[in-house]
Amino acid sequence: MTLTPKTNPSPKIAVYKFSSCDGCQLSILNLEDELLDLASVVDIAYFLEATRTVKPGPYDVGIVEGSVTTPHEAERIIEVRSECKFLISLGTCATAGGIQALRNFAKADEYARTVYAHPEFLHFLETSTPISAHVQVDLEIWGCPVNKGTVVEVLVALLQNRRPNFPPSPVCLECKRRGIICVAVAQGIPCLGPVVHGGCGALCPANGRGCYGCFGPSSAGNFTALVACMMPHDRYPNETANLLRSFSNSSPAFRVAADTALKVGTSKEIK
Amino acid sequence: MKTIEVPALARVEGEGGLYIGLKDDQVVEIRLDIYEPPRFFEGFLVGRFLQEVPDITARICGICPVAYQMSSVTALEKALDVEVSPQVYTLRRLMYCGEYIESHALHIYLLQAPDLLGQASALDLAAIAPDVVKNALRMKKIGNEVLKAIGGRSVHPVNACVGGFYRWPDATPLRALLPELEWGLEAAKETVRWSLTLPYPDLKIDYEFVALHHADEYGVIKGDVWSSKGSKISVADYETHYIEEHVKHSNALHGHTVDGGTYLVGPLARLNLNHAQLLPAAQKALKDTKLKLPLKNPYKSLIARAVELVHFYEEAIQMIKVYQPDGPAHLDLKLKAGEGAGASEAPRGLLYHRYKIDENGLIKFVKIIPPTAQNLPRIEADLFALAPKLVKMEQEQATLTAEHLVRSYDPCISCATHFLKLKVEEIRD
Repeated sequence: MTLTPKTNPSPKIAVYKFSSCDGCQLSILNLEDELLDLASVVDIAYFLEATRTVKPGPYDVGIVEGSVTTPHEAERIIEVRSECKFLISLGTCATAGGIQALRNFAKADEYARTVYAHPEFLHFLETSTPISAHVQVDLEIWGCPVNKGTVVEVLVALLQNRRPNFPPSPVCLECKRRGIICVAVAQGIPCLGPVVHGGCGALCPANGRGCYGCFGPSSAGNFTALVACMMPHDRYPNETANLLRSFSNSSPAFRVAADTALKVGTSKEIK
Repeated sequence: MKTIEVPALARVEGEGGLYIGLKDDQVVEIRLDIYEPPRFFEGFLVGRFLQEVPDITARICGICPVAYQMSSVTALEKALDVEVSPQVYTLRRLMYCGEYIESHALHIYLLQAPDLLGQASALDLAAIAPDVVKNALRMKKIGNEVLKAIGGRSVHPVNACVGGFYRWPDATPLRALLPELEWGLEAAKETVRWSLTLPYPDLKIDYEFVALHHADEYGVIKGDVWSSKGSKISVADYETHYIEEHVKHSNALHGHTVDGGTYLVGPLARLNLNHAQLLPAAQKALKDTKLKLPLKNPYKSLIARAVELVHFYEEAIQMIKVYQPDGPAHLDLKLKAGEGAGASEAPRGLLYHRYKIDENGLIKFVKIIPPTAQNLPRIEADLFALAPKLVKMEQEQATLTAEHLVRSYDPCISCATHFLKLKVEEIRD
C-alpha cells in the first residue's frame, strides 16, 4: 500500500466506541500489513482500544463504532460531533443501529427483565439508533463487520482529498462475478443478495448459504420483488422476514420489507 | 480527601471505571464499574430459529466470535440430542486455533506488553522495537488467515452452523498457510522465551482455577468443568456450581461459586489444570521456562498465553496436514423440543450457554455466562490485594498499576463497558 507523504501536521484521527461488539474497531487493528504505515501518515490521537495516549481534540477525522443505546451515549455523540471535522460511522451498528436495534420492535424493559435480576440498576434507551439519528454524519461505512479494505480505501481517499471508491453493486453481482452458483435459484435457499450492499465479496453464497444482509440495503434493491420471490422458499416460518430482521433490521428499507413479509406470513407448508 | 482519577482504561475491549474507598488509610471498598450498555441478546434471541443463533451470538464479541458460535452450536446440538462427525469436530477445533492465535497475539503484544515495557501502545513500542511489533502483527495475521480460509472472514465468520459447517472449506488455501504457520510456531516459541524476560509486578493470589478439561486433548470445546479445588462436574451441572448475580455498579453480571467464592477462568486456569494435555512443542516450551505450576501471578497470564500460542500453532499445523473433507459437512437436523447446555474455552476463559427450544426449533430460553462476568469479582478481589500499594503511589503510577492488572485479565467487556475511573477517596464519618 502506498500512502501519500506525511503531511505536516498529520491529520488527527479519533476512534470512538459506542454500543457494539468491538469487531469493527478490531478490523482496524487487523490491518496487519498497513497499520504501521498508516500510523506513520496519520496521528492516531484517540483510540482507546489501541493506546492509552489521549491527545486533545479537535480531530480531523472521527470514526464511530456502535449505536446509541443509553442516555449517556446520546449526550456523548454530540460532544464527539463537535470535536471532529469529518465524522464517519463505522459498521452496521453505527449506520443502522445494529443487531441490538431488535429492541426497537419490542419492549426494551421486558428484555431487561429477561436478562437482569435488577433492571432498575440499568440506564438504557428504549431504542438503539444509528449515529445519523443524532448528529450529521459525513460518511457511512456498512458492514457487520466492515471490510477492512474499505476502511483503508476511505482513509487513503481522505488523505488524497478524493472521493472513496465504494463497491457500486449489490452482493448478488459480486456473487455472479465470482462465478458462484446461485444458492436461491439452484438450491431454493432464501438469499438477500439482490438487495444488499456489496463489499463483503459474497461470503455467504460462497459458503453455500443465503446472504443475511449484514452490509445493509443496496440503493438499487427491489425489496418488494425480493420478498415475493424468496418467501415461497422459506424453510422455517418467517425465514425471509427473519433474514431482513437481523443485522440491518432498523434500516428503513429492511424494516419495511420485514413488516411486509411478516404481514403476509409464511403461508404454505414449510419445505 | 485524596482522589485519583483517570479518564479511561485503554487497550481492553470496552471501557470501565474503578472506585477505591479509603477510611483511615485503610481500603474499605473497591468497585470495578462496568457501564457496558446492555444489548439484551438473551432477550431478543427468544423466538428466533435455532440456526440463526450462532450468527447472532457471534455479535456479542468481535474479538472472540468463534467462541460464541462454538458454545452456541454445542449447546443447541445437545438440545437436539445429536453429535457431529469427528471431521466436523476437528474442523471446529482448527477454527478455534485461528481465534486463539489472533486473540492471544493481539493481547500479548498489542494490549499487555506495552505495560511491561513502559509504552502507551504497540504503536509506541514499534518506534523503539519495530521488529517485535512487526512479528507480532505477522503472528496475529496468520490466525486471521486461518479463520478466513474456514469461515470467509476473521470477525464474524459465516461458515459455522448447528450440526457442522455450511460447506467444507477448500483444502488448498488452508494448506497454503502451512509455511506461515511453521514460521508462527517458531515465533511463538520465541514469544515464550521473550515472555520470561519481562518485568512482571509481584503478586501472588490463591485462586480457585476453573476450566474445561478433557483427558485426550487440551480442553477447548469438549470435556468436563474442573476446579483446582477438586470438583469435576459435567457442563450440564454447571449452573448448580457456578452462579451469576447482578450488582448495582455493573451492567455485567458477576459470577460466583455456589458457596459464594470467587474463581478464575482463562489462560492461567487452563494451563494450570490442563498442561498435561499440551502438544509436545508446547510441553517443551513450558518445561524450558522452568516455571513451577500452578502459576499464581495474574500478570504472568501473559506467559500462559504464550505457551498456548505454541500449542495452537502446533495443533493448527497438525490438523491442516491431515485435513481431508469427507462425508456431509453438516447433519440433517430433525427438530424436537429440548434443552441443552454447552461450554467452550474462549481465549479469555470459559464461556457457557444454555438454550431451551420448542418442537419447531424456536428458542424459548437463553442463558449466556461470558468469561469476563465470571472473572469480574476476582479482578475486584485482586485490586483489593493491590490497593495498599496503590494508595502509596503517585497518581500516574497507581493508575497504570491498576490498569495493568485489569488488562492482564484480557477482559472482554466489549459486550459491556465505559470508562475506567480510578477514584481513591477517604470516607469520613
